[in-house]
Amino acid sequence: MNVLIYLLPVALGLGMLGLAAFLWSLKSGQYEDLDGAAERILMDDDEAD
Amino acid sequence: MSCCGGALATSFALETVDPASALRAEELMRSGRVNEDGTVQYVFSVPDISCGRCMATIETALAPLDGVVSARVNLTMRRVTVVLDAADRSPVVVSDALERLGYGATPVDIGDLDDLSRQRESAGLLKALAVAGFAAGNIMLLSVSVWSGADAATRDMFHLVSALIALPTVAYSGQVFFRSAFGALRAGRLNMDVPISLAVVLALAMSVFESLTGGAEAYFDAAVTLLFFLLIGRYLDQRMRERARTAVTGLSRLAVKGASRVEDGELSYVPLDEVRPGMILRVAAGERVPVDGVVVRGTSDLDRSLVTGESAPFAASGGDRVEAGTLNLSGSIDIEALATAENSFLAEIIRMMDAAEKGRGRYVRVADRMARIYAPAVHILAAATFVGWLVVTGGDWYAATYAAMAVLIITCPCALGLAVPVVHVIGAARLFENGILMKDGSALERLAEADHVVFDKTGTLTTGVPRVTSSDVEGDDAGAARALAAHSTHPASRAILAFLPAASAGALSAVHEVPGCGVEGEVDGRRARLGRADWVGAIASGDGWSGARAGGVTFALEGGRLFGFQLSETLRGDAAAAIDDLKQDGLAVEVLSGDAAEPVARIAGELGLAAMASGQTPGMKIERLHGLQARGAKVLMVGDGLNDAPCLAAGDVSMAPASACDAGRLAADFVFTRDSLFAVPFAHRVAVKARRLVKQNFALAILYNCIAVPLAMAGYITPLVAAVAMSSSSIVVVANSLRLARNGKMGRRTQGAFAPRTTSRTAPLVREGVA
Repeated sequence: MNVLIYLLPVALGLGMLGLAAFLWSLKSGQYEDLDGAAERILMDDDEAD
Repeated sequence: MSCCGGALATSFALETVDPASALRAEELMRSGRVNEDGTVQYVFSVPDISCGRCMATIETALAPLDGVVSARVNLTMRRVTVVLDAADRSPVVVSDALERLGYGATPVDIGDLDDLSRQRESAGLLKALAVAGFAAGNIMLLSVSVWSGADAATRDMFHLVSALIALPTVAYSGQVFFRSAFGALRAGRLNMDVPISLAVVLALAMSVFESLTGGAEAYFDAAVTLLFFLLIGRYLDQRMRERARTAVTGLSRLAVKGASRVEDGELSYVPLDEVRPGMILRVAAGERVPVDGVVVRGTSDLDRSLVTGESAPFAASGGDRVEAGTLNLSGSIDIEALATAENSFLAEIIRMMDAAEKGRGRYVRVADRMARIYAPAVHILAAATFVGWLVVTGGDWYAATYAAMAVLIITCPCALGLAVPVVHVIGAARLFENGILMKDGSALERLAEADHVVFDKTGTLTTGVPRVTSSDVEGDDAGAARALAAHSTHPASRAILAFLPAASAGALSAVHEVPGCGVEGEVDGRRARLGRADWVGAIASGDGWSGARAGGVTFALEGGRLFGFQLSETLRGDAAAAIDDLKQDGLAVEVLSGDAAEPVARIAGELGLAAMASGQTPGMKIERLHGLQARGAKVLMVGDGLNDAPCLAAGDVSMAPASACDAGRLAADFVFTRDSLFAVPFAHRVAVKARRLVKQNFALAILYNCIAVPLAMAGYITPLVAAVAMSSSSIVVVANSLRLARNGKMGRRTQGAFAPRTTSRTAPLVREGVA
């Protein structure tokens, strides 16, 4: 059962990481233009320059 | 991607009148915001952006412009954000470039945008939802191990870890509910949030006590999962309302934000709220009159359709009064301001709207009506359980509290909390796909109850753009008339241009517009006139067209015969079929118009409507509405003009086209952005179906409670049973709600003309009408 001492923090830590990543992406405006992001991936603007 | 091509093709016809560009620059510059590093940010609303190609076209075209630091398109919001390098650089370059590409752009005041984002509660709710989701997942993980038979020491540790996760989560994510419950209690009411808060707090307290004393059962997972589910409902509801509000703000504004002031022969820009009575203001052709005033110089035709509902243009000259919001069609006029913007015609309308809104009587949402019965019932049941257990066990406080808490948790309106918002969000999405914006969920409930539809005529049943129904013009005269019409932006000229086939005409020269009369030019040395019958008749010879009725336009070459064009209003797309649909659905339909009797009777006749009233002032319209409501009718008002705005506020529920005036659009519960009037029966059908689904959801939730509550009162509920019961009831309710997204009966007639996504452009109707 001692293995739980490691497993629990690892499980919670990974969960926290996911939560932090989501809150960060929310704050950095990645959900502002979902339709635009879907189209942008298809634009080949890097060849233009 | 045909959308881009379409936008390009129509661009040439749009702007022929160029307002004084220096003034426009000044107006534009006021909408920008200066950043800390000296650059200036502008936001343009561009409703025609519709695909990735538009996005690439705009960004590549704007980036190399002089002074542009960055240009970025937001496809979801249909906006372009441009950063310019210095405060004194004119943003007109950008709007001109967009115009050249074929995208009409309206600057959005960044101050307005900031206001909107400050009001955005959904961002906070989303964070609360994320935290609750994280906590619910992890606690559930721990709980599953406990349920599958962990030994006592591990169980206690898991309970403690759960407590450490649950306590801060409830403190953070539960605030929405606690605050609302507290507010309700303080006002002496009960709402759905009171039992929710009570259940969560009680469950948490009991579970902490259990964990500390080494008890076997803890409800951490139930408390947090409950918050998680309920927050989903809250978040969906909030986001739907914000999306509609943003979309409505994004529609190009009709109201002018400033005026051109004439002072010692010089023109200067005055912001609208600084206009004072006595100032002389210039209104160029194609602009709207900023404040109430009296014409002091110049003559022109004015389009008052949005203000009074009159369909025929009104010829104004010196001494005539003009109302704010009137559109100047042909010539430039100077007006003397009679009132400030706050005291203009618009302000009077807004006062009437406020009065009407107060008189409407507050509508109670279905969920709140439910809460009024449900919340006391839950509390009584929990209290009864508590007392019952005390009596049966002979004063065992612990067991009694435990059973009462189980009742509160199991009855907690998880499914009820989702029953309404999920249906409304799916309904809103369904409407949005079809170009209809919904302000909030209660509008859908009110629309389902409507049994009476009152239409305005001008701009609602008709598009406000006239068309030629008949003409006796022929041969070379037709060619000359068409060439002459091409030189004018007057709606009648546009209609003639569209009516006559393209033909070669003699060389046309010396064309000029005579405001209030028409257009004049020379064809092969002969004068030619197109316009009012008496003015044109002055150069014609002999008798010609006899049907010089109101609304007609005439044409003649000098010394030639007089020809006529009979004009009438264009019915909005599918108006007749849409009204048939409404009648089939059992609604009474009538027309209330501010226009003269003759055009109203004609339109009503075409649509087969017996109930109509013409020459209505805003006050008379409201009286009519109140009369209907006094007889117990639930009225759906559909209108667009300033004169309809009080009625839109007074009706039980209201709809307006996107071309409506600002006040009307803000007052209406629904705004439809497509040309077709099918929006009205379609929205009504979605609303009726949504109401049925909400009722079913409530039935499901009550059925679930009928089974679960006796079990909880008897003390058979364990944390595992609670978790399974709560989740399954929520899933059943959501699955039932999803049926609204399917194409059901709504499609019957609307299949062809109003199928989802017939066009991806949601440009304002005005624009489409002109193009």
